[in-house]
Amino acid sequence: MIAYNIPYIAVAALILIGLFAVVYKRNLIKIIIGITLIESGVNLFLITLGFRENSIAPIYTSADTPKIMSLPVPQALTLTSIVIGVAVLALMISFVIHIYKLYGTMDVRKIRGDEE
Amino acid sequence: MNYRKVVGISFFVVVAVFLFVAMLLSHQFGDPNYMQGEEINSNMDDHIIENSREETGANNAVTAVVFDYRGFDTLGEATVLFTAVAGVVLAFRRFHK
Amino acid sequence: MSGMSKIVKTIAGITFPFVMIYGLYVIVHGHLTPGGGFQGGAVVASGLAMILVAFGSVWTMKKIKEKHLSVFESTGAIVFILAAILGLLLASVFFNNFLADGGIIFGDTVEPETNTGNINTAGVIPIMNIAVGLKVITGLFAIVLVMAFATTKMGGSKK
Repeated sequence: MIAYNIPYIAVAALILIGLFAVVYKRNLIKIIIGITLIESGVNLFLITLGFRENSIAPIYTSADTPKIMSLPVPQALTLTSIVIGVAVLALMISFVIHIYKLYGTMDVRKIRGDEE
Repeated sequence: MNYRKVVGISFFVVVAVFLFVAMLLSHQFGDPNYMQGEEINSNMDDHIIENSREETGANNAVTAVVFDYRGFDTLGEATVLFTAVAGVVLAFRRFHK
Repeated sequence: MSGMSKIVKTIAGITFPFVMIYGLYVIVHGHLTPGGGFQGGAVVASGLAMILVAFGSVWTMKKIKEKHLSVFESTGAIVFILAAILGLLLASVFFNNFLADGGIIFGDTVEPETNTGNINTAGVIPIMNIAVGLKVITGLFAIVLVMAFATTKMGGSKK
């Protein structure tokens, strides 16, 4: 049972590593990389749900006909999710540039005023 | 400091156990009817795979789903992309004298 | 950022047309092979980012201003919405494929066996692919250009 569910375990590992980077790291860029890792894990989970055994891609150009095809709807939803991830990443990085110009540092605890 | 460390580590252990148990108990990767005994619910996708060539005329089922069967989601995604570009260009605007 | 050495500039200038042609091929053949508007747009935007890194952001900002880029992006969005509203006006359903199976431009019917692909099929879908591809190309390149120019001495030294 464990040898067949390896993509699901990879999804859990990606989400856990991203969550660890968001909670425990002090540099702002490392927190942004952690958010991107969580998004990659969720996209992988969406694609893994729609797989059938011994199947080909759902495209009819030059394909041998009596074969099983994978489900096309989760792949379409993952496309939208990837583009939204890119949009959020662009806005996050532009705000980090402005914070660095204003405060002079990228340490989260110094910006909040906890440590000096 | 000890209180914060205990709370942090216990939160991580709870989330890790929940994720691993959920991933091992889900249906098997690939075609089902094995140990868990559940099936992929694929009525909509079977209809799309069989009838997308006559209804839309495209050889590519994924593009037909993105632009024809689910075109409204693509409209929302184009709006999100446009808003992100407008926000980034707005944040770096310079005031010309 | 300033540009790189002479060898890098020459090789970037030679490789850029091939990258652009491959990206446009992926966009236009979106209804036959894997690909489409978003994927091909990302490929062409990567080629344009290669030009930006090799030649420097000050030189690129003199050649292309972001005012001209926003015209192309708005054109792509307007063509996409027009194709959807024409489906509402002509056939009473929003996003209807009114050109498939016998329309004016892209209206051939698909052969029932597995074939090698006819580009003249699939109705409204190639028009939407080109519109979304134009929008993604200019949108992603505008993000990279504005961010690279704002961190130079000339672009970001006003308070």
